[in-house]
Amino acid sequence: MNEMIIGHISEFPERAGRVVRLGDVELALFKLSDGSVRAVENRCPHKNGKLSEGIVCDHHVYCPLHDWKIDLHDGLVQAPDEGCVETFAARVDGSGNVVLQVPEGAGVRKVS
Amino acid sequence: MRKKLVMIGNGMAGVSFVEQLLKLNPQRYEIAIIGAEPHPNYNRIMLSSVLAGEAGIKDIILNDWDWYLDNGIALHAGQQAVSVDAEARIVTTDQGLALPYDELVFATGSLPFMPPLPGADKEGVIAFRDIKDCETMMETARTYRKAIVIGGGLLGIEAARGLINLGMEVSVVHIHSYLMERQLDATASRLLQAELEAQGMRFLLQKQSAAITGGDRVTGLAFQDGTHEETDLIVMAAGIRPNVGLAKDSGLGVNRGIIVDDFMACGIPGISAVGECVEHRGVVYGLVAPLYEQGAVLAKRLAGVETEGYHGSVLSTKLKVSGVNVFSAGSFVDEPGTKSLRVQDDLDGIYKKVVFANGKVIGAVLFGDTSDSSRLFSAIRSGKDFTGNEKEVLFGPSGGSGGGAGGKTVSTADLVAAMSGDEIVCGCNGVTKDTLVEAIAEKGCVSVGELKACTKASGGCGGCKPLVEAILATTLGADQVAVVKEGICGCTPLSRDEVVGAIRQMHLTTTKEVMHVLEWNNPEGCSKCRPALNYYLGMAFPEEHEDELESRFVNERNHANIQKDGTFSVVPRIYGGVTTPEDLKKIATVAEKYQVPLVKITGGQRIDLLGVKKEDLPGMWKDLDMPSGYAYGKALRTVKTCVGNTFCRFGTQDAIKMGVDLEKKFERLNTPHKVKLAVSGCPRNCAEATIKDLGVVAIDGGWEIYVAGNGGTRVRAADLLTKVKTEEEVLAWTGAYLQYYRETANYMERTSEWSIRIGLDTIKAALEKQEDRDALNARIDRTLDLMQDPWKQIIENDDLRNAFDALTAPVDTEAAAASASVSVPDGPAKP
Ligand SMILES: Cc1cc2nc3c(=O)[nH]c(=O)nc-3n(C[C@H](O)[C@H](O)[C@H](O)COP(=O)(O)OP(=O)(O)OC[C@H]3O[C@@H](n4cnc5c(N)ncnc54)[C@H](O)[C@@H]3O)c2cc1C
Ligand code: SF4
Ligand code: FES
Repeated sequence: MNEMIIGHISEFPERAGRVVRLGDVELALFKLSDGSVRAVENRCPHKNGKLSEGIVCDHHVYCPLHDWKIDLHDGLVQAPDEGCVETFAARVDGSGNVVLQVPEGAGVRKVS
Repeated sequence: MRKKLVMIGNGMAGVSFVEQLLKLNPQRYEIAIIGAEPHPNYNRIMLSSVLAGEAGIKDIILNDWDWYLDNGIALHAGQQAVSVDAEARIVTTDQGLALPYDELVFATGSLPFMPPLPGADKEGVIAFRDIKDCETMMETARTYRKAIVIGGGLLGIEAARGLINLGMEVSVVHIHSYLMERQLDATASRLLQAELEAQGMRFLLQKQSAAITGGDRVTGLAFQDGTHEETDLIVMAAGIRPNVGLAKDSGLGVNRGIIVDDFMACGIPGISAVGECVEHRGVVYGLVAPLYEQGAVLAKRLAGVETEGYHGSVLSTKLKVSGVNVFSAGSFVDEPGTKSLRVQDDLDGIYKKVVFANGKVIGAVLFGDTSDSSRLFSAIRSGKDFTGNEKEVLFGPSGGSGGGAGGKTVSTADLVAAMSGDEIVCGCNGVTKDTLVEAIAEKGCVSVGELKACTKASGGCGGCKPLVEAILATTLGADQVAVVKEGICGCTPLSRDEVVGAIRQMHLTTTKEVMHVLEWNNPEGCSKCRPALNYYLGMAFPEEHEDELESRFVNERNHANIQKDGTFSVVPRIYGGVTTPEDLKKIATVAEKYQVPLVKITGGQRIDLLGVKKEDLPGMWKDLDMPSGYAYGKALRTVKTCVGNTFCRFGTQDAIKMGVDLEKKFERLNTPHKVKLAVSGCPRNCAEATIKDLGVVAIDGGWEIYVAGNGGTRVRAADLLTKVKTEEEVLAWTGAYLQYYRETANYMERTSEWSIRIGLDTIKAALEKQEDRDALNARIDRTLDLMQDPWKQIIENDDLRNAFDALTAPVDTEAAAASASVSVPDGPAKP
C-alpha cells in the first residue's frame, strides 16, 4: 500500500469534486459535508461520465451526464441502475493534508 | 424426477407463461427455452419507445440472463428449432441440439408480413419487429435522410414517429383512405392525421405500392398509379402472420394460426401453444394482454391447478406516440342494431364515441382525451346493461337522461371493486390487480412510481396508469391518498407551490434551512431538488440568498457546457449575433492557442469552441476577454436576430438593435429553464421568432410579441401576447413576462409547458395592467442589478480558479515511487 499527499484540505471546495491524476490514472476526490474525503475512479460505469463534475449529496455523487447515483463509500451504483466504480482509501491527516492510499498493482484502468 | 418442459420461442407471451408457471409450481419441470433471437426476453412493445429515443435497449429487457440462471432455465438463445418428432418427443435445433421433452410449448409469435413487391429483397427494406430492425433504423438515420413506412396502422405510425425523432423525413403509405382503420373510425382517424401532420409526418393515402426501385440498395418506391417517391429506407409495417411453419411440419392443426382449445392444447399429446402464433375459436390475437391471459390458463393447466380455461378477449389499443392520445376498444363500428353516443369538440381536438348494442357498451373510441379509457373498457368487459342510462356512461349522472331515476354511474372505485384479482391491469407487462394490491399492502408502495419500480405496471405504453392510480387509491383508503401525492422529488412529499410558499413565508434563505424546516427525508437532498431549491431561493430572495455553487449542475458551476467525453465548450457572447472582425480574430487566435479541436457556428448565431479541457477554461476566458455565453445554463441564452431594416429590403424596424438591447438587458438572468429569444424585422420572420420562448416580430409602426414557443423535442408555435408601438414597450413587456415566468414556473419547466399548464389567459391577465407590469419589472431589475460576470470572478479569484486544475502526485516526495506503481499496466477490466 502506498500513501501519498495530494494536496491540502483547503484546496477542496465543499461538497464538490476535484480531479487527481496519478500517471495515467484519473481519480475524483470529494470533500463531503462532514469534512471527510472520498476518492473514486473518475469515470462513470455508464458512459464514462466524469464523476468529479457531479452533484454531491451526503455520501453520494450524481453523474453529470445521465444522473446515475453512486455511493462514495463503496462505489456501488444505486438502483435502478447497476454497476460499480473502484474506490480508494483517502483521509485527512492531522495537519490537514489529504492522503491517498493506492494499493500496489491496483486494477485501475488507464484513462484514455 | 422432474418432467421436461421445452418451449420454442423466447418472446413476450411465452416467457410470461413460464413466469406464471414458476409462481404456481416451481418444482414441477426442468425448463428449456429455444429462442432464435440472441437476446434474453425483452419487451417488444417498447421497441417503439426505443426508436423514439425514450428508452434504451437495456431498459426494455424484461428478464435478464441472471433470471434464467436463477430459475434453472436453460436458454438456448440464437438457435432456431427446426424439427419436432412428436412420436419420440424430441425437438432439434439448427445447431444440432436435440432436446427431449414431456411437454412442448409453441410460442413462436408472428412474422412480419412482407408484401411481395418486386425489389423487396434490396438493402434498406426492412420490417419493424425486433431489436435488429430497430438498430437498422437507428443506423440508417445516421447517414440517410428519407424514409417511407408502408402501412398506416398502429405499428407503422409508431415506426414513423420514431424515424422522425431520429431526424428523418418520413412518409407513410397507406392503402386505405384513412389511418388505423382497424382501430379507429373515420372521424378519429382524420383528427389523428391532422395531429401527426403537425408533427411533421407526411401521408400518402389510398396508394398501392407497385415496386421497389434501386440497385443493391433501395432508392425509391413506385406506385400503381404511376407515381414514384424517392427514399433511402422502406419499413414494411403492413401486418403480421402467425409463425406456424414449424407447427405445420410437426403435424399440428393449423389454420391461420396453430389451432388450440380453451386450455391451449393442440390435439397432439404433450404439445400446447400460446401467443401470437395461436388461433383460438377462430381468432388470432396481436396484442399482449390477451396473450398473457392465454399464458395464465396454460400455466395453470401445466402446473396442475384447476382453471376454467380461456374464453377469448376483448381488445383495446392505445397509440404510443408522444403528444397523441388515442384509445379504442371492442367493436366501435356502427352496424345495424347498434347505437352510438358521440362527442366531438373541434376546439379542443377531442372526440369520443361509445357504441351500444341492446343497452350494453360494446366498443369505444377516444381521441384527444383518453381519461375515460379504463372506465369504458371495464364497462365493455362487464357486459352491464345501461338501458335508459346510456348517457351516464359518458357524462355521469347529471348529464344522463334518466334524470336521477336510480341510474348509477360507473365510478372508478366501483370499477376497481368489480375487477377480479387475476384480471390484468397492465397489458404491456402482464401485471394483475392482485399483484398490485400485494405490492401496496406488503411492499409498502404508495405511489404510481413505486408501483412501477416494484411491479413494472404502467411501465410499457402507460395506458393503464389511471387504473393503477385508482387501485392505489382504493387499496390505501381515502385517508391515505394524501400520502400518495408526489412532491418535487423523492426527498419530499411537498409540491413546488408548497415549497416556494414556505420559503417566502418563513423567509428561508439556504437549501439547508429549507430541507431542515420542511423535513426532507434525505439529509442533503438529491440532484433534482438541490438545483431547484437553489433557484427558488434566488428567485424569492435575490439579495439574501447566496448562490450555492455545489447545488448547480456542472454546466452552470463551470460556466461551460460539458460534452459527452468530459471536455467542455466555450461560447463567446455575441450580442444579437453581431460581431466585429477584431472579435473574430481574437476568437480565432484563442482557438488556435488552446488547440480547440472543433469550431462550430451554433443554431443561435454564436461560435462554439468545442473540446476544451477543464483546466484550460479560465485561461481561455482571460485571453478572450469577453463574456462566454450562457449557451448552457438555465438562463437567457441567445437573442437571435435577422438584419431588419439595417440592410434588408423588407425590414420595417431595426431588429438588430432590438435584439442587442434585449440581450444586454437580460443576460445572466437565471430562469427555471433555458430561455431563447429572437427578433425579426418583418413578418417574413427570418429569425424564426415564433418558435422561441419569447419572439418579437416587427410590423409596420410597431412590434408583435409572441410567447411560449419551442423548437425543441416538442415543437410548438408561439402565441401572440400583445402588440406594442415602441422599443421601450417591447423591453417592458419582455421583462414583465420573464419575471412572471420566473416566479410561477416549476424548475425545469420550459415556457411552452408552463403556459399550457397555467393557460395563456392567466398570463395575459397577469400582465394586462401597467402597474402589474411595472411591479414585475421592478423585481426583475433588482435581480439583474445583482448579476456579476462569473468569468471575471473566476479569473480574479485564485481559489475559484484553482478548482479548475487537476491535482497531480507530487514528484519530489516518496510518492514518486508510489505514483510509478499506480500507473499500472492495463489491468484486467473489472467485471
Ligand atoms: C414495435 C412493436 C410495437 C408493439 N406495440 C404493442 C402495443 O402497444 N400493445 C400490444 O399489446 N402489443 C404490441 N405489439 C405486439 C406484441 O409485441 C406482440 O403481441 C407480442 O410480442 C407477442 O408475443 P409472442 O410471445 O406471441 O411473440 P414474440 O414476442 O414475437 O416472440 C416469439 C419469439 O419466438 C422466436 N421464434 C420463432 N420461431 C422460432 C423457432 N423456430 N425457434 C426458436 N425461436 C423462435 C422469435 O424469434 C421470437 O423472439 C407490438 C409489436 C411490435 C413489433
Ligand atoms: S424578417 Fe423581414 S426584415 Fe428580417 S431579414 Fe427577413 S425579410 Fe428582412
Ligand atoms: S455516464 Fe454517468 S450516468 Fe451516463
